[in-house]
Parts: sequence; C-alpha cells; structure tokens
Amino acid sequence: MAEITLNSLAHTYSDNPTKPEDYAIREMQHIWHQGGAYALLGPSGCGKSTLLNIISGLLEPSDGEVLFDGKRVNELKPEERNIAQVFQFPVVYDTMTVYDNLAFPLRNIGVPEHKIRSKVLEVAEILELSDQLKRKAKGLSADQKQKVSMGRGLVRDDVSAILFDEPLTVIDPQLKWKLRRKLKQIHEQFNITMVYVTHDQLEASTFADKIAVMYQGQIVQFGTPRELFENPAHTFVGYFIGSPGMNFIDATVTEKELSFGTHTLPLHPLLLKRLQDMDAQQVKVGIRPEFVHVWDGANDDAFLVDVDFVEDLGTYKILTFNFHGILMKARLSEDQKVPQGKAYVSFPEQWTKVYVNEFLVEVDHD
Amino acid sequence: MTKVENNKAWWLVLPVFLIVAFSAIIPLMTVVNYSVQDIFDPYTRYFVGTEWFKQVMTDSRLHDALIRQFIYSFTILAIEIPLGIAVALMMPTKGRGASLALILVAIPLLIPWNVVGTIWQIFGRADIGLFGAMMAELGINYNYASEPMHAWLTVVLMDVWHWTPLVALLCYSGLRAIPEVYYQAARIDKASRWAVFRYIQLPKLTNVLIIGVLLRFMDSFMIYTEPFVLTGGGPGTSTTFLSQSLVQQAIGQFDLGPAAAFSLVYFLIILLVCWVFYTTIMNMQKDK
Ligand SMILES: Nc1ncnc2c1ncn2[C@@H]1O[C@H](COP(=O)(O)OP(=O)(O)O)[C@@H](O)[C@H]1O
Ligand SMILES: [Mg+2]
Repeated sequence: MAEITLNSLAHTYSDNPTKPEDYAIREMQHIWHQGGAYALLGPSGCGKSTLLNIISGLLEPSDGEVLFDGKRVNELKPEERNIAQVFQFPVVYDTMTVYDNLAFPLRNIGVPEHKIRSKVLEVAEILELSDQLKRKAKGLSADQKQKVSMGRGLVRDDVSAILFDEPLTVIDPQLKWKLRRKLKQIHEQFNITMVYVTHDQLEASTFADKIAVMYQGQIVQFGTPRELFENPAHTFVGYFIGSPGMNFIDATVTEKELSFGTHTLPLHPLLLKRLQDMDAQQVKVGIRPEFVHVWDGANDDAFLVDVDFVEDLGTYKILTFNFHGILMKARLSEDQKVPQGKAYVSFPEQWTKVYVNEFLVEVDHD
Repeated sequence: MTKVENNKAWWLVLPVFLIVAFSAIIPLMTVVNYSVQDIFDPYTRYFVGTEWFKQVMTDSRLHDALIRQFIYSFTILAIEIPLGIAVALMMPTKGRGASLALILVAIPLLIPWNVVGTIWQIFGRADIGLFGAMMAELGINYNYASEPMHAWLTVVLMDVWHWTPLVALLCYSGLRAIPEVYYQAARIDKASRWAVFRYIQLPKLTNVLIIGVLLRFMDSFMIYTEPFVLTGGGPGTSTTFLSQSLVQQAIGQFDLGPAAAFSLVYFLIILLVCWVFYTTIMNMQKDK
C-alpha cells in the first residue's frame, strides 16, 4: 500500500539524447494516490509500458525520482519494491500446475503453506480457475494463461500497487468485460492501488476512477472520464477521447473576438484578456460534436454551413458539415430534424475551448 | 456414404523412398546378408542362421567392450550436458563480447577428429606437451601410454573439450529464444536465481537438450578415431570401445560374418537406447 510519486521523471533509451523526441518519457510530475483505480491511456508507442516498468523497477529512469510513500526507490530492484505487474502477453511457468503458478510469488517470500492454500483458492475462485488448478500451465489456452498471469499479480496482498500492462489484449471481448469487472471488484474489496494501461478509452473509463492520458511521453491530462470529455486539457485528449473526436478549427484572436475569416465568435472578456496577455494570435478552437448546436432555422448566433453527409448510427446521427473548408461533425439526436444541403449551427460558448500550442487556455469564469 | 479411394499421392513418396533405399536400406541389407552366412570365397558359402549372432552375444571380449562403452558414454554425457548448460549461461548476450564468445566456444568444433587425437597425444606428453609437463610439475605421474586410467581419462577429456561447445551452442540458442518478459515476470514474482533456472530456463531448454543428449550419445557410442590415434585402444584394452573391437574383428581378423552380426547388434543397441530415452522424456513431459 503506497502513494507513488513521480518526481521530475524522464527516461530515454538513447545514449546521447539531443531533442525531446529522444525521450520515451518527457519530464513529468505525477502522483498516484494510495487506493486509487487508475487507467493510463494512450496510443501505442507513447511510453506507457516504459512508465510502468520504471514504477515497478524493471527499468531505471535516466532522470528524476520514483517515490513510494515519499521514500526514494530508484535504487531498489523490483524484488525489493513489493509490487505486482501483469504483462500484455501471458507469462506462465510451463512445467508447474496452475496451483503452483499461483502459489509461486507467495512461496518465494516464505508464506506458510496453509495460508498460501487459502489465498490461491480464493484468487482461483475469483478468476474462475478453480477446476483448472491441477492442470499443467503449459496446456492452457491463451486466455486461461493470462488469467493465471493476472492471478499471480493478485495473490500477494502486501503489494504497494498492481500494474496492469494491457492485460486483456489476448482475451476475447466477452471474457474481457467480465475480467475487468472482476478487477474492479477486487479493487473495491482490497483497496489496492491499481494502474491499468490500455489504448482503449472504453476499457479505461469502465475500469478507472481517474484516467491519465499519455501522449508522446507526457501525461497531458489526469482526470475523471467526465473531465476528459467535457474539458480536454490538450488537443490530443479531445481527439483521442470520444467518438468521433473533438472538432478543431484554426482561428485568429482579434481585439474583441475570435475570427475564422468571414465568421467571428465572441469570447469571454477574461479569456480574451488572457490570450492577449499570452500574445497568442493563432489558436485552435475545439468543440465536441455532441455540443455543436444544430438549429432548425436561421438564428442570430448561427452560422450557415454546407452539409456534406449524414451518417445514421441507430440511436443518433452524425452530421458532417463544411466550415471554412474544414470538415466538422455534429451529433444529432434521434428525433432531431435532419438538415438538407444547408444547416444552421452554433458553438455554445461554454463548450467552445481555446488551445494555444495544443494546450487548453482556461480562466475562472466566476 | 462411400469414401473415394485415391492412393495416387503415394507416388509422391517414391523419391524419398529411393533415396532412403540407396543410402540406408541396401547397405544395411548387405550386412544382414553377411551376418547369416559363412563365406570362404565368392563361390563357397554356407547359410549358418543365427550362428554368428550366438557367437557375438557370448563373446566376453565384446561384453567388456560394451560395458566400457556404456561407462564412457554416460561419463561424457554427465560432464558435457551440465557443463554445456553452465557455459551457455555464462556467455555474454550483447555486444562484441557475444560474437567473440561464440567464436571462441565454436573453435574446437571445427577441428577434425583425428587432429583432436593428435593434438592431445602431443599435448599430453610429459617431454614435449604442455599438459603433460604441467602434470609432471604438479607431481602427478601422468602417462597415458602406460597407465590405463590415464589413457581413459585423456579420451574423456578430449571428448569433453571437443564436444561441450556443441551442447553449449545448442543451449545458447535455446536461451536466446526466451522472451525478456519471462525474466521480468520472475523478478516481479521475487523468484531466486535458481528458480529462474529451474522454472524458466531449463523447461525452455528441454528440446535442445534432447537433441544434444541424443547427438552426443550416438556419437560417443561410436567413438573410434580419438583412442585409435592416442593409444590404438590401449594400454591393454582400457580404451578399446565397440568400434575398435569391430574393426579389429572385421579387418584385423577378416571375420566378416561375426563382424556383420556384431554391427547389427551394435546398431540395434544404439537404436534401443535412443528410443528408450526419447519416449521416457516425452512421457515425463506429458504426464505431470
Ligand atoms: N527497449 C527499448 N529500447 C529502445 N527503445 C524502446 C525500448 N522500449 C521501448 N522503446 C521506445 O520507447 C517508446 C515508448 O515505448 P513503450 O513504452 O513500449 O510504449 P507503449 O507501451 O505506450 O506502446 C517507443 O517509441 C519505443 O519504440
Ligand atoms: Mg506497451
């Protein structure tokens, strides 16, 4: 049980890094609180596994510190950190039975055999492996093997945290869903810090209370699924979370508003002031398809745009329209009128986000 | 329901059958032919049935050679297999050291059998050989030409020096095939170095070790050149193994009938031992 702090942490695999791209982890500051269920979400190659291996001690970071409960653990080997990690592809000890596989981490730390027995049976029960305990691990199917791998992570209840590195990749979708629920249950029951790595936003939001979105070696936002959806702190979060992702349009900041060529959009005075202080002229404006307002008729706030096409996705429709040469999407509810050829759309101020250098510019509205 | 019988595909096996026939079956049948006849000259021959086999099976010189042979083969297996594994575990895996180690380890494999015999014959002499001189320095009266035990040990040493690298290279390739994540998982599970060997490395080496044991068993069971070059099978009969006895009989005494029967028995022993070993290992893997 521990709080895990990453202090000015950075890592490079290169011997003589020169540019930021040489870093698999770019300098970051982050805290995983004790007892949280976290997801680490990001595209392939963004550094998720690297970060996890640094936390568990399999990899030594090139810069910065890892702290467990405020104590520096950089020099501690994984064996000494008391941490469990489950890998993307199943690792089982072929010649051992399922029972011995699950008992292995406990035997290595000298837990008495009767305690091992009850713990192994308990974990096997949760993972539905009870009837497989006497089988050799070698003959198991890929998803059973992965359950065994996960089981080895779950038997030790003294661990500081359990790290899962895309553990359900090899598992079929139905079982995937069930296992994720199980993990969640285990988390609630034992209150162990869990960090769950995935590149699937749905998986992240069903497992975690808080999601860290990672992009190019940085954690660009750490928040609840709702925060990530409503207030993306980085354009990547807007684009990666939600389906379809956020719309982005380039805009210029004028003396009193945002301008997209012929169209303009009023800005909150505080935000305008902030942008002027930052001397930001070129900005990106982001709005989620869910928040684009599509009107039935002409209106003072609405822009007239060309409709490109409409996709019917059953319970809702996605309208694609052309706004200053940029294709944007809007979500139409089931009962909403479908515009033909032309449409009137507006961007409610509350949901219109402004990004400078890909990061959100925020002001207190109160 | 009627099943359409189409056996034309069997013709595809014909080339393989022909090759095997010429390379193995026909030569072997010649030997079988000799083993059941007493031949004086090309026109005078008698069918003797199992006469030669009986003679071979009761020949006490051959019994002794067979026992020596088994002791020898098991000795070198007992040394070469663990030593080969140990060498493979110690070989560096990355960088220049890895290639260098591979070359160094492989060198003995490139030397022909009779050269190995010659090398050790000279190397072991107290007057002109480094090894012999070293032993003499240490106060050991080492002399393979007169001491049976010394000759025997020298042949063992020669084989270990010549063939441990084969086992080591096989194991090295087996070890390289183990994904890094297994070692990572073992560290997370707090496995000891021994447990890593016992539960990760050894299981993954099983297949290459089976090949290694079979190759080394068959090869050592047929050992001929090295003792022949070193002492010609002596002193006495201390390094006279089965091949040596066979050659003495076939060429030295020109007893082709008994020699042919002997060859067949020899062949069957090797086949039997390999089969027993292989099926035992396979069953062990299946059961538990
Ligand atoms: N052992 C390694 N040596 C060199 N580069 C590596 C190594 N492992 C990962 N990388 C690089 O570091 C970056 C992050 O990789 P990784 O942490 O595996 O990403 P993820 O798990 O998010 O897919 C990638 O660009 C990858 O190519
Ligand atoms: Mg990864």
